Amino acid sequence: MNIKEFIAARVAKELSDGDVVNLGIGLPTMVPTFLSKEVDVTFQSENGMIGLGPAPEEGQEDFDLTNAGGKPITMSIDGACFDSATSFGIIRGGHVDITVLGSLQVDEEGNISNWIIPGKMVPGMGGAMDLVVGAKKVIVAMTHTAKGKAKILKKCTLPFTAVKQVNMIVTEMGVMEITDKGILLTEIAPDTTIEQIKENTEADLLISDNLKVMEI
Amino acid sequence: MKVINRKSFLDHVRSGMSIMVGGFMVVGTPETLVDDIVNSDITDLTIICNDAGLPGRGIGKLISAGKVKKLIASHIGLNPEAGQKMSDGSMEVELIPQGTLAERIRAGGAGLGGFLTPTGFGTIVQEGKEVINVDGTDYLLEKPLKADLALILGHKIDRKGNTVYNKTIRNFNPLMATACETVVAEAREIVEIGDLDPDNIVTPHIFVDYIVKGDK
Repeated sequence: MNIKEFIAARVAKELSDGDVVNLGIGLPTMVPTFLSKEVDVTFQSENGMIGLGPAPEEGQEDFDLTNAGGKPITMSIDGACFDSATSFGIIRGGHVDITVLGSLQVDEEGNISNWIIPGKMVPGMGGAMDLVVGAKKVIVAMTHTAKGKAKILKKCTLPFTAVKQVNMIVTEMGVMEITDKGILLTEIAPDTTIEQIKENTEADLLISDNLKVMEI
Repeated sequence: MKVINRKSFLDHVRSGMSIMVGGFMVVGTPETLVDDIVNSDITDLTIICNDAGLPGRGIGKLISAGKVKKLIASHIGLNPEAGQKMSDGSMEVELIPQGTLAERIRAGGAGLGGFLTPTGFGTIVQEGKEVINVDGTDYLLEKPLKADLALILGHKIDRKGNTVYNKTIRNFNPLMATACETVVAEAREIVEIGDLDPDNIVTPHIFVDYIVKGDK
């Protein structure tokens, strides 16, 4: 299992029976692979459907049925389609329990920056700004650092996607919760020390009294 | 007669127009109508679409052909040419959060003076916008969006203009059909009046001015 699969597998444990979940592009799309068969989760895709299933087999693609990245998907038998205004009514209206997305930066206040690097990369925010504001719980799933540089900061330096919306961060080094007092480390990956995490984190870390080893 | 041929379609398109084009990462984009504009002398268009399409597909063809003066979209990341044209100044790009774009179009078609959304508060999306606090929450005032022409794609359209979609091709199409002076619908299949179940019609015929049989 590689680092990204490890992160996705840990995120999968956060999903509960009955949850409506939106997964961002990239690493988050790996989460369903690690979801227990006993847990009934409805995945929403912001281009206008619920009931998102796994990718179709080659040759079985229906190009009228795609995810928010434009890639062919399958739909569960209880799925439904709707227009973009309804889709974002679902998102902003608090009908999505959890959104999982990657990020460039997250900070101590739960601010998130993941849509633009001015002058370098301007892909646009797509649905990310609505998702992080509207979902009841925002989980950032990402590698702990980028090319050795910290991504969990005292204050994001890139333009915000949203202010104070992140609830949880899952990386290959640990699980962190954003609290009123700062970032609380609640789980630590096997074979990782608190010192190693601190070295790779610019933000001050609070350590949970009940610190656990990260299990998948 | 609402059903017109492709040559007559171009009589309704002029240089300098603002045009809403349905589709999400080219899924649900009326490619036949897009092709006809690409092959015409029409230029200087303001295009409103969820995204910039893909290279050689959807809005991507209009961008490549230099037809687009300004693009209003939520995401352009899957079409590198759009990013290049934005950087070198040959195409203006206005990025809008996807849910806000959808709702601004809905508001335009529904006679609303705007709406209040928490999306974008505290980010650069807020610049130049009025912030209104309602019961303790800050919202941005977002104004309605309309255009001269809508180009939409229907899966089945009857001769009166009643339109049904198929799975995720729906996305922005039904919203755009309500928010433009003239609406041209590309039909994959044209059926007789009465053939469609009225309970399944998503875009009622009063919104559709012209129907063109697509060749895709």
